[in-house]
Amino acid sequence: MATYTITVNGKTERVEVADGNMPLLWVLRDKLNLKGTKFGCGVSACGACSVHLDGQVTRACVTPISSVGAKQVTTIEAIGQTAIGQAVQKAWLDVDVVQCGYCQAGQIMAATALISKTPKPNDKDIDAAMAGNACRCGTYVRIRKAIKQAAGVDTADTREV
Amino acid sequence: MADGNTVNTSRRFFLMASAAGGGLVLSGCVTPGDTTDGAPALAATPAKPAAPLVDVNVFVAISADGTIRIVAKNPEIGQGIKTMLPMLVAEELDADWSKVVLEQADANEAKYGRQIAGGSFATPTHWIPQRQVGAATRLMLLQAAAARLNVSIDELSTEPSMVVHTATNKKIPYGDLVVDAAKLPAPDPATLKMKDPKNYRLIGKDMRNWDSPRIVRGEPIFGIDTVVPGMKYANFVKCPVFGGKVISANVDEIKALPGISDAFIVKQAGEALFSKMGLLDGVAILADDWWTAKEAAKKLKIVWDEGVSKDESTASYDKQAADLAKGKPMASVSKTGDVEAAMKGAAKTVEASYSYPFLSHAPLEPQNTTAHAKADGTVEIWAPTQRPDLGANGGFNLVTTALGVEKSKVTIHLIRCGGGFGRRLDNDYIVEAAAISKQAGNIPVKLVWTREQDMAHDPYRPGGYHNLKAALDKDNKLVGLSNHFVTFARPNDKNEMTPLPSATLPPQEFPAAYVPNHAYDHSLIMGGMPTGPLRAPTSNAVCFVYQSFLDEVAIAAGKDPLEFRLELLALPAPAGATRTGMNPQRMSDILKLVRDRSGWANRASLPKGTGMGCAFYFSHQGHFAEVAKVKVEKNGSWRVQKVWCVGDIGSHVINPINAHNQANGAIVDGISSMYQKITFDKGRTQQQNFFDMPLLRIDYAPQIDVHFNLTDNSPTGLGEPALPPVLPAVANAIFAATGKRIRSLPVENISWT
Repeated sequence: MATYTITVNGKTERVEVADGNMPLLWVLRDKLNLKGTKFGCGVSACGACSVHLDGQVTRACVTPISSVGAKQVTTIEAIGQTAIGQAVQKAWLDVDVVQCGYCQAGQIMAATALISKTPKPNDKDIDAAMAGNACRCGTYVRIRKAIKQAAGVDTADTREV
Repeated sequence: MADGNTVNTSRRFFLMASAAGGGLVLSGCVTPGDTTDGAPALAATPAKPAAPLVDVNVFVAISADGTIRIVAKNPEIGQGIKTMLPMLVAEELDADWSKVVLEQADANEAKYGRQIAGGSFATPTHWIPQRQVGAATRLMLLQAAAARLNVSIDELSTEPSMVVHTATNKKIPYGDLVVDAAKLPAPDPATLKMKDPKNYRLIGKDMRNWDSPRIVRGEPIFGIDTVVPGMKYANFVKCPVFGGKVISANVDEIKALPGISDAFIVKQAGEALFSKMGLLDGVAILADDWWTAKEAAKKLKIVWDEGVSKDESTASYDKQAADLAKGKPMASVSKTGDVEAAMKGAAKTVEASYSYPFLSHAPLEPQNTTAHAKADGTVEIWAPTQRPDLGANGGFNLVTTALGVEKSKVTIHLIRCGGGFGRRLDNDYIVEAAAISKQAGNIPVKLVWTREQDMAHDPYRPGGYHNLKAALDKDNKLVGLSNHFVTFARPNDKNEMTPLPSATLPPQEFPAAYVPNHAYDHSLIMGGMPTGPLRAPTSNAVCFVYQSFLDEVAIAAGKDPLEFRLELLALPAPAGATRTGMNPQRMSDILKLVRDRSGWANRASLPKGTGMGCAFYFSHQGHFAEVAKVKVEKNGSWRVQKVWCVGDIGSHVINPINAHNQANGAIVDGISSMYQKITFDKGRTQQQNFFDMPLLRIDYAPQIDVHFNLTDNSPTGLGEPALPPVLPAVANAIFAATGKRIRSLPVENISWT
C-alpha cells in the first residue's frame, strides 16, 4: 500500500492505493466517490475523463496517481466555482446541449480551459481545443454554440460551407 | 400503429395508485428554477414539498403546496423521453410546469405499461395514453372542485394548476383539491375530452432537458455512478471468440493478488443461445475498486474451448458473399411483375454491388450494472437499460432464467443511460452482474466492462452484400429492379438457417410497390457473431445501398437525381403490389422542401472536389429527406460541410428544442458511421477502442439545417428516422464532388486529381 496526498477541488485528500499506477480517474471515482469524471475508453481516446491539473486539461484515465504530486486537481464537481466554469455550465443549459450527457463533464472541462486561455475563441480554436472530446450523441453543433455563448462572442458557425 | 393508439389504455393505469392513496414522499428530485420552459436553475436543490404528495394515479401525485410529481415511465438514453412524456401528461392536466418535478419509474410494466427505448415508438404509442393520464387527472380535480363549490362541472375550467369557476372567477389551486380528487373513481379514458391543440401551453414549446443541471454539475446520475453500501467492483472476462467456453482458469492465483477479494469462473446459462447475448462463460474478478479488478485480469490465464466460430473472418465472409452472388439466390424476399422480362426488354441496364461492414454501438458509458442477489432470494438491480422487460434478452428474462428466481423477486431500477443506440436493448451485462453477485456470496457487485470488452462483445449491426440491377426503358424510365442480398444467418432451434437480428432485407424496400417489376432475393452465410438493432436497424444499412444505387440509375438515365426520385414517388402502384408505410405525397413534399432550402438548383456552380447529394427515407414512421454538401480534398480526406434535413413526423413536434437536437445527433451519428468498421479474424473482433473504431469529432461535424414540415398526421418518433438518409446523401455528394461512387463503407480511396 502506498499513500498519496493530492489536492482535489481545493481539498487535501489522502489516498491509499495498492499500486501507484492507479489512474487519477479511478482514485476520483472509486476512492473519493467523485463520480462526475467519466470513464469512456481508458486510453485517452475519448476525453470523457477530462479534469484540470493546474488548469490544464488532462485525461485522468491515463494519469497515474503517483504523477499528480502537488498539482491542483479540479473536477466537474467544482468547475462551477469559477466564473468561466459557471458561464460554461449556464450556456450548456441555455443552449440545451445535452442528449445522454455522459461526455458533457469532459466537454465542459475542455471548454472552460479553452475560454480561460483564449477568452474569445473562434471556430479554429474550438476545433483545436475540443477535438479530443468525443460526443457519441453528436451534440457538436450545440457545443460549438454554447462555447461561443459562454465566451460572449457571435455564435454563428464561420467555417467554410 | 400509425394513429398511435394501439397501446393498452385500460383504466388500470388510472385506478391502481388512487386505491393505494397518498403519502408518497419525494426524494432526490431536482426542482425547476425560475424559468418556465423546463430549464431548471443551475443552483437547484432537491425539492422538498411542504406537504406530502398525494397520488392521484400511478403517474401523477400532487401536494398541498402545488408540487406536481409526474412519473417518467420510460428508460432515458439521451433521446429526451424523461422530459417529453411528462410534458404530455402536464399538457392535458394543465399543470404549471414550473411546479412539476419528475421521477424516474422503476421497471414495472404491470404498473406503467411497456417500458422500452427503441424503435422510436415512444411518441406514437404514448401520444394518446399519456395525454389521457393528464386529462383524467384534470377531470378528477374538476369533479372535486364542482362538488366543493356545489356547481356543475360545465361551469369550471382550468388555468395552469388551478381550477377556475368562470362566472365568479374563483380559483382553487390543484393542491387544495388533490385529497378529494384522489378519492374519486378514475374516469373511463374513452369519455375523456382532450384539449383543442390551439390551446396547448406546453406541447410545441421548448422544454430543456430535465436532468441537464445535474449533468453539468457532475452529479452521479448514470448507471455507472451507482453506489450501494458494501459493494465490490467487478470485471468479467469472456472468450474473445463468440460463444467460447472456459475449460480452466488460474483463479486461485488471481485471488492471491493484492487488493483482489474474489475470482471465479461463471458458467453460461442454458445451452443454445441463438442470439449469443445472454449469460456466457467467463471469469469474474472482484476488488474494492474497479481498476484493481481490471488490472488483475491481465494476469488471467484461461484455457478456452473456442467453439464452432473460431475460424470465422471478414475475409472469408467477403469471399463467400462474392461466390454466392454468382449463383442462384437461396430464397425470394419479395417480388412484383416479371423482373427478368423487364431486364431483357430494357433499353439500358445498370448493375452494381454494394456492401457495408459490421458496426459497434459503442455508447460512451461502458456496459455496467450494479446488482445484489440477496440471501433472501430477491434480486435488486440498478442498470442502464433500454429494455428491462421485453423479449428474451430483456433484463427480467435473463435474470430469472439464469438465477432461477421468479420475476416477482427481481427489482430493476432504471438508471439514466450514457447513450443507448440499441446496445442496451440486450441486457447481457445485467445478468452477468446478477450472476456474479450471487456467486460471490450474495454481496452487492458493480460490474463495469472495459471499452475493449464492449467492442469485443457487442450485438453488432450486421454487415451485408447487395447485388443490384436496374432496367431503364427507352424513355429512361425505371421499369425493373432486382437485388440478390447476401446476409448472415444461423440455425434456429428447429435447425433452419435464420437471418440474424437486423440482418434482413425489408420486403417492401422502396422502390418495391412503385417500380412495375421487382425481385428481391437473398442468400445466407453462416455467422457466429451476436447481432442486434443499431439506431434505425436495417434502415441504417439498406438506405445507403438503395438511395445510392438509385442515384446511379438517375445518372445513367441522364436525370437530376432529386427530380428522378420525385418521378419514382409519383409512379402508380403496380398491379398486385401493396403499399405500406411510406406516404409518397408526404415524401415528395419534404423532398421539394429540402431541394429549395439547400439551394440544390445551384449546385452546378460548385468547384470540383465539392458536391451535393440527396436522399430520402421512410423509417420508424418518420419521413425524412436530406441534402449533404461535401468537400473532398485531392488527397482523399473529406468533410461534410453542411446537411439540410427536412422531416415530417406529423402534426406536432412535441419538444422542438430536443427534436432539433435529436435530428442533429442522428446526422452526426450517420456520418460518423461512414468512417467505421468492425471486422473479424479467427472468430474475434479486431477493433479495440476509439483509436481504431473512430467517433466523429467536432471539427468534422457539419453545420446542420433542420426543418419539420407539420402535416395532419398523428405525431411519430424521432430517435432514429433522421439517420438513414444522411449516409447516401453524403455518398452521393462524394460522387458529385469526385466522380467516385461509394459502393462500400467505410469511405476509402476517394483521392482525385
